[in-house]
Amino acid sequence: MGMTITEKILAAHAGEEFVEPGELIEARVDLLLGNDITAPIAIKEFKELGINTVFDNEKIALIPDHFTPNKDIKSAEQVKMLRDFAHKFSITHFYDVGRVGVEHALLPELGLVRPGMCIIGADSHTCTYGAFGAFSTGVGSTDMAAAMATGKAWFKVPESIKFIVHGTLQPYVSAKDIILHIIGDVGVDGALYRSMEFVGDTIAELSMEGRMTMANMAIEAGAKNGIFAPDGKTVEYIKSRTNLPYTLYYSDDNAHYAEVREYDATTIEPTVAFPHLPENTKPAREAHIPIDQVVIGSCTNGRIEDLRIAAKILKGHKVHKHVRLLIIPATQEVYKKALQEGLIDIFIEAEAAVSLPTCGPCLGGHMGILAEGERCVATTNRNFVGRMGHPKSEVYLAGPAVAAASAISGKIVHPDELH
Amino acid sequence: MKAHGRAWKFGNDINTDEIIPARYLNTSDPGELALHCMEDADPDFMKKAKAGDIIVAGKNFGCGSSREHAPISIKAAKISCVIAHSFARIFYRNSINIGLPIIESEEASVDIEQGDEIAVDFDSGIIKNITKNKEYAAKPFPPFMQDIIVKGGLMAKIKAEIAQ
Ligand code: SF4
Repeated sequence: MGMTITEKILAAHAGEEFVEPGELIEARVDLLLGNDITAPIAIKEFKELGINTVFDNEKIALIPDHFTPNKDIKSAEQVKMLRDFAHKFSITHFYDVGRVGVEHALLPELGLVRPGMCIIGADSHTCTYGAFGAFSTGVGSTDMAAAMATGKAWFKVPESIKFIVHGTLQPYVSAKDIILHIIGDVGVDGALYRSMEFVGDTIAELSMEGRMTMANMAIEAGAKNGIFAPDGKTVEYIKSRTNLPYTLYYSDDNAHYAEVREYDATTIEPTVAFPHLPENTKPAREAHIPIDQVVIGSCTNGRIEDLRIAAKILKGHKVHKHVRLLIIPATQEVYKKALQEGLIDIFIEAEAAVSLPTCGPCLGGHMGILAEGERCVATTNRNFVGRMGHPKSEVYLAGPAVAAASAISGKIVHPDELH
Repeated sequence: MKAHGRAWKFGNDINTDEIIPARYLNTSDPGELALHCMEDADPDFMKKAKAGDIIVAGKNFGCGSSREHAPISIKAAKISCVIAHSFARIFYRNSINIGLPIIESEEASVDIEQGDEIAVDFDSGIIKNITKNKEYAAKPFPPFMQDIIVKGGLMAKIKAEIAQ
């Protein structure tokens, strides 16, 4: 029997010819990461080992992106732990304010994510890197501490579900709408333990940014990882970022899938996930909920492509007078490009607030917390109770087109309702 | 490695809040966490359960947050093993990493009744129901996974390796 791309990458990193779903393996990791919330716990555990070297100082990324620039004394102390640790152990990939961006947007830009890699991160959205044909998954702080010492992690080989998407997307429909549509279909535990493999001509048409958006939300269906076969676009992106080697893996024709699901992309509408689960999806056209805030940013939709979509809609308009629009480029590079392309001008003309790169309001950290009863449309990935502030506030997940259009109209709309 | 005790049955989707409610998370002391183990699923659980007993649950046991406090409280409550139809992903990892024995078997999860006397052999993956005189086969852990649990968790195992 053949293997899926996920099985092949795991087999290669476990030093095996063949692995099958359900098998427990120990695998080499090529990259591991932690942020200012999860890494401090891992650092404490690592220190208890009493060793004075990490397994590889170039394969650990410490990314203080959640409460930065330091929101208060406690968060300043957390980041200081990362900074001191990075200094002591000569960690190459530590990025402080001014260089840092949202982790899952930053690492691909830096060329740290390449096809065929095995990546773990003490952050559930580590699954983003599947966009590049890598295996990547979120773990706990203990896993991170252990891997910093040994360079290894253990895994249960997941079964795979194949998601075939074909057909041309309608105007204003983006990768975010596809993944929200899929999560709405399978539910928040619809891919529990499993690998979500995305294929089909619609998927092939997606940019690397779009693929990252989809892989990012695999965890919202309970999946261990989301993955895309690498292609010409993948290789082009990687070559523009790094000279380091990579390996391309592809699923065999006779690989086994626990399930195969097909979607007709021509029927997917601009979609919104209502509170308080990403599976509560509805077409934006049917939403028409009045809103107080809009956030465009995060590891899901804070990349240049997302800002371009938002700018196109916002150009020549003003944000509705009852709405605050926050735009948060995910990295310094995205910020700079947006500046060069004139997007930031469009945003400021529209009376949006543009912030420096940070997770900020996505996890209810800072820079845009909601009051009781307030509603926000966000291009982020989770809309759990209290995710962006008060337990009685509400988050509606959407793509950048719906978010921008809603900011103008003051209620959730399909962008073509603006005309 | 083996486990032996009486079964306590729970349903599907037992989440980490039921295993160890958030109101007790102001400590990470295992002894204190154990006092509240399974409290919101069965308030009297810790009064009834004895050292060595086994939790038998349905699907998706341990869903919800990634808090390591959940498996820590079960282990500190001296539960010798959790058998479930399936475990939520991060709970599964965290259990192994902190050294709590867990094993998946749909058949055992369905067939075992409250109070049955159960023996689990992790080497063979055989779950014996002594009360009903039946056996259920689960996939055994490979040696390195057993090694993690026997040594008391992932960090303890690594410490032992470094000491050598
Ligand atoms: S942007 Fe949001 S989801 Fe992404 S890493 Fe930051 S807090 Fe997590």
